[in-house]
Amino acid sequence: MSQKVIAGITLDVNEEGYLTNPAQWTREIAKEIAREEGIDLTDKHFLVLDFIRDRQQKGEMLTIRSVGNSGITDIKGFYQLFPGAPMKKAAKIAGITKPASCV
Amino acid sequence: MKKLLILGAGTGGTIMANKMRHALDPLAWEITIIDQDNRHYYQPGFLFLPFGYYRERDVLKPRDRFLPSGVRFLVGKITGIDPEQNKVFLSDGSALSYDFLIIATGTRIVPAETPGLTGPLWQKSIFDFYTAEGALALGRFLENWQGGELVLNLADMPIKCPVAPLEFAFLADTFFTKKGLRKKVNISYVTPLSGAFTKPRAAKMLGALLEEKNIRIVPDFYLERVDDEKKMLVSYDEREVPFDLLVTIPVHKGEEVIEKSGLGDEMGFVKADKNTLVSLSYPNVFVLGDAGNFPASKAGSVAHFQAEILAENLLCAIRQRPFTASFDGHSNCFIETGFGRGTLIDFNYETEPLPGVFPYAGIGPLQLLKETRMNHYGKLAFRWIYWDILLRGRKMPISNKMSMKGKKP
Repeated sequence: MSQKVIAGITLDVNEEGYLTNPAQWTREIAKEIAREEGIDLTDKHFLVLDFIRDRQQKGEMLTIRSVGNSGITDIKGFYQLFPGAPMKKAAKIAGITKPASCV
Repeated sequence: MKKLLILGAGTGGTIMANKMRHALDPLAWEITIIDQDNRHYYQPGFLFLPFGYYRERDVLKPRDRFLPSGVRFLVGKITGIDPEQNKVFLSDGSALSYDFLIIATGTRIVPAETPGLTGPLWQKSIFDFYTAEGALALGRFLENWQGGELVLNLADMPIKCPVAPLEFAFLADTFFTKKGLRKKVNISYVTPLSGAFTKPRAAKMLGALLEEKNIRIVPDFYLERVDDEKKMLVSYDEREVPFDLLVTIPVHKGEEVIEKSGLGDEMGFVKADKNTLVSLSYPNVFVLGDAGNFPASKAGSVAHFQAEILAENLLCAIRQRPFTASFDGHSNCFIETGFGRGTLIDFNYETEPLPGVFPYAGIGPLQLLKETRMNHYGKLAFRWIYWDILLRGRKMPISNKMSMKGKKP
């Protein structure tokens, strides 16, 4: 495991840059990681991030479709918020491990 | 009489009926199991139907043949579950009450979730192989197909048996090679995942196999719709993949009745504790297999390993004691790789598939993450193990807990 300094705080991250301890996450850290991904976080982004952190904490399945059904945004909207690979990007910014949506 | 009610007489439900009839006093406990028909399909066999290696009769037997005497089997459609009143409702208007409920209703494909998928091309140029009907229709189509773009697409995760689409791609390569058509068939594997599989070492091994067999992988492709006129898959980020023959693994959901009952998540999978297998809302409701929203594979092996955990914990609940068993996410899958060979993966919630031997350290005889003939024979033999040992809840030489013995981390 390696470490990385984000927003002035030393964090545990895995080899792909995902936080390994979700408890270390703050909104400032999210903004910083988002900037690295070329995303400027809005309130809408944070609603999505809170949703996926909550699902992950409950140990529930997390997929693009589940975000699309969350009532916060639809799948198209999710792609617009986190372009390219929305689940992977959102997970990284939300400070959770990459969701193993299949296994 | 106390009442145990089991919803679903597939892999998980059938094993539970056998185990619990053995464990519970017949004078004190009535056990009822219900399903919508009396047709038990050996689902891993669906993979072989399109290529004509199996016929339907090889994968189909009556459900009640595998249920012990002393278990009441009902055929009927479940229309409602009221966990507050401990009642289950059937389409004929009758109601069943229970003291404990086991939900083993599985998962189903819902092609209608994707616009265009069930349009004019459905079962003409678009087929599934996750139902007997779809797999057989695809088999009839393949008999006369002269080649073109064969596209295999996973619409979303989770799906039943996440390795089955890969196996299909490998077997298609073998099938068309033997027919002398391989040069006329381009095979593409279009997936929402970033690689061939989720877990790194298995993804690497299986990805290399795809490449070796000249199967193109299109990763991170999340299907929005099918354009029937242009015969194209269109993703949410507006990428397009044209096809002549589309083999789809459609969106999976739980049964409708789960959604309606409030026991499930938005995909209709029952919310349950991934270790104890008890419902998050009702202490007398348990779940196993594909019906649950566990972060484990939707696979028969998972239902089988969970059955031992569930049987132990259900007895704890009946005796009003704390749970003693915990499911570790153990999953075990044979993977056909074509030309009479196969590989095997064994993993759990925490440990990804690793190379080594299985099930006995130093002996095997099966090899993990390696292509061998023995693994292929293991897969073929498993059909008999399934009917005669596994469904009847008999002991197998594989622990429900994943073991590191024989594995090379």
